Amino acid sequence: MSSIAKPSVRHPSARKNAIGLTKADYEGAMSTLCAGCGHDSVTASLIQAFWELDLPPHKAAKMSGIGCSSKTTAYFMRQSHGFNSVHGRMPSVTTGANAANRDLTYIGISGDGDSLNIGLGQMVHAIRRNVNMLYVIENNGVYGLTKGQFSATADVGSKSKRGEVHEQAPIDPVLLALTLGATFVARSFSGDKAQLVPILKAGLAHRGFALIDVISPCVSFNDHEGSTKSYAYVRGHGVETVATDFVPLRRSITVPAQHDEVTVVQMHDGHRVRLHATAPGYDPADREAAYGYVRSCIGREELATGLLFVDAAGRDMHDLNRTVPSPLAQLPFSSLCPGSAALDAMMARYR
Amino acid sequence: MPPTNVLDPRYYHKVVDCQWACPAHTNVPLYLRLIAQGRYADSYLLNRESNIFPGILGRTCDRPCEPACRRGRVDEKPVAICRLKRVAADLRGDISDRLPRAPDLKNGKRVALVGAGPSSLTVANDLLPLGYDVTIYDKHAKAGGLMRYSIPAFRLPEPVLDEECGYITGMGATMKYETPVTSMRTLLAEGYDAVFVGSGAPKGKELDIPGRNDAPTIHLGIDWLAAVQHRHITAIEPRVLIIGVGNTAMDCCRTARRLGARDATVLARRARKDFKASPWELEDAEEEGVRIVENHAPKRFIVEQGTLTGMEFDQLQWTEDANGRQRSTVTGTVVIPCDAVILAIGQENAVPWIESDLGIAFDARHMPVVDSMTHESTRPGVFFGGDAAWGPANIIWAVAHGHQAAISIHLHCAGRSLTMRPAAGMTLTSAKLGMQAWSYSNDYNPSPRATMQHQELVKRFSDVSVEVELGFTPDQAAREVERCLNCDIQTAFTDSLCIECDACIDICPTSCLTMTAACDTEAELRDHLSAPTLHPEQALFVSGPLPQTKRLMVKDEDVCLHCGLCAERCPTAAWDMQRFDLKLVYAGGFVAAAEAR
Repeated sequence: MSSIAKPSVRHPSARKNAIGLTKADYEGAMSTLCAGCGHDSVTASLIQAFWELDLPPHKAAKMSGIGCSSKTTAYFMRQSHGFNSVHGRMPSVTTGANAANRDLTYIGISGDGDSLNIGLGQMVHAIRRNVNMLYVIENNGVYGLTKGQFSATADVGSKSKRGEVHEQAPIDPVLLALTLGATFVARSFSGDKAQLVPILKAGLAHRGFALIDVISPCVSFNDHEGSTKSYAYVRGHGVETVATDFVPLRRSITVPAQHDEVTVVQMHDGHRVRLHATAPGYDPADREAAYGYVRSCIGREELATGLLFVDAAGRDMHDLNRTVPSPLAQLPFSSLCPGSAALDAMMARYR
Repeated sequence: MPPTNVLDPRYYHKVVDCQWACPAHTNVPLYLRLIAQGRYADSYLLNRESNIFPGILGRTCDRPCEPACRRGRVDEKPVAICRLKRVAADLRGDISDRLPRAPDLKNGKRVALVGAGPSSLTVANDLLPLGYDVTIYDKHAKAGGLMRYSIPAFRLPEPVLDEECGYITGMGATMKYETPVTSMRTLLAEGYDAVFVGSGAPKGKELDIPGRNDAPTIHLGIDWLAAVQHRHITAIEPRVLIIGVGNTAMDCCRTARRLGARDATVLARRARKDFKASPWELEDAEEEGVRIVENHAPKRFIVEQGTLTGMEFDQLQWTEDANGRQRSTVTGTVVIPCDAVILAIGQENAVPWIESDLGIAFDARHMPVVDSMTHESTRPGVFFGGDAAWGPANIIWAVAHGHQAAISIHLHCAGRSLTMRPAAGMTLTSAKLGMQAWSYSNDYNPSPRATMQHQELVKRFSDVSVEVELGFTPDQAAREVERCLNCDIQTAFTDSLCIECDACIDICPTSCLTMTAACDTEAELRDHLSAPTLHPEQALFVSGPLPQTKRLMVKDEDVCLHCGLCAERCPTAAWDMQRFDLKLVYAGGFVAAAEAR
């Protein structure tokens, strides 16, 4: 909470993007999260990514469930569509929204509890269907809103604020997504905008389900010694596996690849993503290898970060279901509701 | 880059742009806050510590604080600091029991001050409470000097002047009015322990062109204004030309309008952008129907049978060469008919009464050789201040000189070195009252700058002493003080507490903050800022290495709103908002302390 709203004054050099908006135009209400919450930094990174991508706010929908993380959709793009759903049900609501209007950019913000505890059954099916959306898990390992109980991502051996040691095996959203056939899997850290912003932009440009697991420390209940989701722990154990550079459509690549291991991924809308693997031999297009690498990192108490796997050619929900190319809202009424004669004809096929 | 040394009072002082720009370093944000709280008397007295004429300067100051005001860098216009000062003066009530007093027991030292203008009065103000026997000589019948005889009463009413000068003379200075000092030798022979020359720059500059002495209606501005003040002159001819475009010229043309000039025209050699007069004084003159003409250089007076009928001017065109130096070319001449001319092209020092064999050295331009820190001349015990020291400046500079000269006189009389002057100190006090609660109004108020209400034209021309500016209403003042960004409430950073969560950087509305790897030079550091440097003269705060990544926290002070959101969003109180109070040193504030050590 803050005592005042953010003053309207901005730095005099504040620039406008290609659609005439300043970064302030992508901001939202004042955050009511705790001072120092990682989620507020994710919000700032999202604002930066939207602004840089010239995303029209009225062409975006902010989707969320319940939890501290799910509150953050209120704190950016105040002029967008949005849906704050039942706890854990955001993936299903987004699936429905996307089915009806495929033209919007869907930004789902969830947390470890919302996605991997109560909503696990929902999230996995959104991945399977390859719903075209950005799916950000603000992962802090605890239920912050109910004062810090362990969540499904808490590591074995990590300690609660009161000293209790966690013993159940965690669910790793990156490994889970890789096994389910996700076409875009990344991990980042709220305290590293240089890494997070290009990944968010790549995820927004990706057609299909783009999962970004963002370690976002809970400054009130999980930022102590013994925590494996604290600012200090992530800084000490994070290993950037793949460095990501987002190349917008309008900018040509003038700098030659400085490294043999640069992979250029062409996104469906013409943007390109350059991936530079810092781990020797790492191939961000090889699902099996990515899985093995992330697992081996866990064994070494390391946290693999970066855009770990991407398959830009994957088919999304609309491709898989062969839906009509335009949003349902733009179909003429006669096509949406062809009348009882058409229904009768269809029913006749099953008789 | 080494970490910024915030223990040096100069660092935070520079962040308070208004206080830094003020020659007397008045604590502007604090006195504005006291106005906001309705504590007008407290505000007045705080102001008076450094600027001993809040009521006078609240009407007449050259306001170096306002162009410096940070608000002017984030909004269109700065805070109306000067006129808010007047609000405190207007509404202060009776403060007589809170003013400094002279002790009954004197310290046995006698000091003579030449001239009863702002610099001398400041010296008297600082020395009288210490028990000095102060004698002030002036050629006029009342105190105030230039403030009384060069500034017209419609800008500065006499009661305001009488009251604030009276606070000082009333402490028991021996006032020798109508006693011009005619010989420094004689004055020194009276055995004073120190002599301060604060006699101003009383001589109007002459214009040596044909016809200057051929007609009686050609006046020197500064003398003419004094004659009007004395009511020796009560009328002027209908068509008046004013030569020069400084603030004195503005006073002359506006006075002329009140004394019957139907046409008052100000003629300037330079183009408008290079005028010396303050923009608001030009505006006020034009509001009163004064015509201001640029690019005209006087050539000769046209006098027919002893009567001035006009003046001839060269019309100039200015061009700027590669070095930015301006050159003029004459494009033609023009005759402008007129009945009277007032010359207001500058003033000069004039101390013909100082004999050349007294050890008081003068330079080639006939200016006294004065030490810029101690104000002492080449003769020990003789000090200069105000316009008499380095030529015409303004009242607030004279006040600043007076304070410094008083320190020197006090040291001189104590037999101490004048250069061993105590440095200014500071206090820093947390402004935190509780969770997200501060002892100042931290929200940004988007109100536009208040506009001063002026007396209607018919009324103001009815008498030369009708004050033009009506002052801010309490409502206007209450809104205007909220425009202040509270630059004295500093963002104080403790690097060891920082967990590098980015919260402060994310919330800062004006992108002042950056966390970046260490750099060797400030220029390199400036390349890595969240927002580009717009004013490189504004300081960067640089922290020590942060605990987790050894990066540095860097703050560009330029457009910080002092809203405190960085501190509100900081989970570890690494950022705190702390009130900076510069502790200036005045005469008497330190000798006792030095002796106690």
